[in-house]
Amino acid sequence: MIAQLTSSERHTALAILLLLALCGLTMAGVGRDDLFGVHGALVLVAAVGGIFAVGANFYAPEPSQHRLEHYYDDPSKIGIVLSLVWVVFGLFIGDWVAWLLVNPDLTFDAGWSSFGRLRPVHTTSVIFGFGGNALIATSFYVMQRTSRARLPDQLSPLFVLFGYNLFCVLAVTGYMLGITQSREYAEPEWYADIWLTIVWIAYLVLYLRTLARRKEPHIYVSNWYYLAFILVVAMLHIVNNLAVPVSFGHAKSYSLFSGVQDAMTEWWYGHNAVAFFLTSGFLGMMYYYLPKRAGRPVFSYRLSIISFWGITFFYIWVGSHHLHYTALPQWVQTLGMTFSLMLLVPSWASASNALLTLNGAWHKVRDDATLRFMMVAAVFYGLTTFEGSFMAIRPVNSLSHFTDWTIGHVHAGALGWVAMITFGSIYASVPWLWKVKQMYSAKLVEAHFWLALAGTVVYVFAMWNSGIVQGLMWRTYNESGTLAYSFVDSLVAMHPYYIARAVGGFLFLAGAVIGCWNVWMTTRWAARVQAPEWQSESAVAAAPALQPAE
Amino acid sequence: MFGLHYRLERKSIPFILAIVGVASIGGFVEIAPLFTIHQTVEDAPKMRVYTPLEVAGRNIYMREGCYACHSQMIRTLRDDVERYGHYSLAVESKYDHPMLWGSKRTGPDLARIGGKYSDQWHVIHLDNPRAVVRQSVMPRYDWLMRTELKTSDLGLHLKALRAVGVPYTDDMIANAPVDAYGQAAPDSPVSEGVVKRYGAATNVRAFDGRPNELTEMDALVAYLQILGQLTSPGADSVAQAKERP
Repeated sequence: MIAQLTSSERHTALAILLLLALCGLTMAGVGRDDLFGVHGALVLVAAVGGIFAVGANFYAPEPSQHRLEHYYDDPSKIGIVLSLVWVVFGLFIGDWVAWLLVNPDLTFDAGWSSFGRLRPVHTTSVIFGFGGNALIATSFYVMQRTSRARLPDQLSPLFVLFGYNLFCVLAVTGYMLGITQSREYAEPEWYADIWLTIVWIAYLVLYLRTLARRKEPHIYVSNWYYLAFILVVAMLHIVNNLAVPVSFGHAKSYSLFSGVQDAMTEWWYGHNAVAFFLTSGFLGMMYYYLPKRAGRPVFSYRLSIISFWGITFFYIWVGSHHLHYTALPQWVQTLGMTFSLMLLVPSWASASNALLTLNGAWHKVRDDATLRFMMVAAVFYGLTTFEGSFMAIRPVNSLSHFTDWTIGHVHAGALGWVAMITFGSIYASVPWLWKVKQMYSAKLVEAHFWLALAGTVVYVFAMWNSGIVQGLMWRTYNESGTLAYSFVDSLVAMHPYYIARAVGGFLFLAGAVIGCWNVWMTTRWAARVQAPEWQSESAVAAAPALQPAE
Repeated sequence: MFGLHYRLERKSIPFILAIVGVASIGGFVEIAPLFTIHQTVEDAPKMRVYTPLEVAGRNIYMREGCYACHSQMIRTLRDDVERYGHYSLAVESKYDHPMLWGSKRTGPDLARIGGKYSDQWHVIHLDNPRAVVRQSVMPRYDWLMRTELKTSDLGLHLKALRAVGVPYTDDMIANAPVDAYGQAAPDSPVSEGVVKRYGAATNVRAFDGRPNELTEMDALVAYLQILGQLTSPGADSVAQAKERP
């Protein structure tokens, strides 16, 4: 990896790492009375580790000029491996906390292991660790192919990738230590937020520089979605995280907004993290990998334009549907509900565009579990967006809000749509990246597919049941006009569903573990079959040159 | 329209400007007016601010992720109001940076939990929820009783809160660590200052039952006991809203 950098890039890498080490040292110094210092030490350790990695290859020979004739895929490979590490970790924590709701004593007598601290560890690991790394890895891959251009340099993609993972590590360790802003899906504190902003700007600049080098006159639709993901997430991240730190030696900060304005800002962010992180980015993935794997062109160019701008415009309005019947002014709630309903149009346009692309390739869906992952993802995308619009209707929301139905809905999206499209894309790109004909075992991909689907269905059905039962019990009245059930009655009724949910989660986790093993075996297999000839001239010539993707 | 797009998608900078423009409209229309329209937040002139001990307790509540399972928002629905009390008003979270309205009720709503149970109930419940509610799935927080509360930097916390708009006085900031101790030590000489600065309605009690030690349990219970008590929604604020022409 480091040997692939030019010597001037190695110098820059070393300078950046030294600067980072200095930051870590300063943080550790000024924050020694606070948890801030612990994170300073963590940054220092990460930077020193990086310095050793760069130093070990600092005087390696210059990489060959031939490299410029090929795409730069090292960051994509590393990103895929990191996303697989995060998904196993994140799903494991998720299943653990699911079992904690079955038996709350399945834990240690320590703060870090309690439900409240582990729950954001789960959400951050799967959304940002797994999803984010997969998005970065695939976006590097896709932007090069669809632009027919190599990444402009070799250092900045690595900076984006490792910088982003440092953010994820700061986030997850922070929750366990007790560092959190308590803003859902934006829990990391001010310094981690600043670091992510820097990384994110580098990501945007890298994307634009690659597009500036493109040899295709048009920017392909995947790139629109990846760009919307990068830009809007930046906007949301910066506004939502505006805060005043207690001091520059404290991890803790206080949000600039309070009460009702804060609630609206938080859910403007929260729902659009769903929109632009978990939808937009993964639609970018879908628009590249699904047609490629199916060997079919995208069904409709015009439909993709309509759905892209529809999603970009409508989504940003809908956050207030998380605040129905609250102290938020009613006009904002009504706007949120209205736009949630309109959002169904571009959402279903995207889903149908994906499914209609498969026309003429349905026999491949039958035979190829990788393509089936993507097909099922598009189906779940359609189902989840319908469910989301439905739940945003105020009277429906009066039943579903605060219950497990919301959890079921989120997981239909996260497991059924986000994880399925990602696993499909990973199974498609691993053989392309490691230059082998196929995955190590097609049977294991098949096994993973069925475990993932079974896990998702069990999970979602369990949560639909528990959510609706819960919502109905809370609002049931006796004949005498008093509430029929205490809160504890509803809690007891949840028990069987919580067991079912944890089992569903376990199935999904088992599938992911099988997937990791399959990817690991594929890379080992690739190393074995290719290592001898890989260095020879003929093999270099046979490596993928800068070819059009479509 | 598609012809226009055909030209737009050939230029990356105009394209990203279009994305930013299109994606900004909704947020701007929905969020900006909340800061300018006066009726968004009711007036509650008698509302008091959190004491330093309650601020510390609130921070523990956030640190432990209590908001993941407990909402602090009673909706304007009949069953919500009958189960948890008067629906929540915007003004009640005016000093909440950030708000903790929550999104899930794995446990019950806590917006008006203050005063509903005794301090001792809360201490036993936090130590082991199943000691008082057999079917509970809440985690144990027994280490709170063993952990001494860090008070030395509470002045800085209040100062940061003042910077974002909570009306703490210089006097409150200067005495923050002492007041935190005093609020949980009713017989000590420093407890009078708490009442003087934060009002006679302030709870001054040995929340964890041990007046000599200031633990995280003290802080969390002090915070839980003030939830819904900073102002009385049934009385002054609603009455005022009606009087307004």
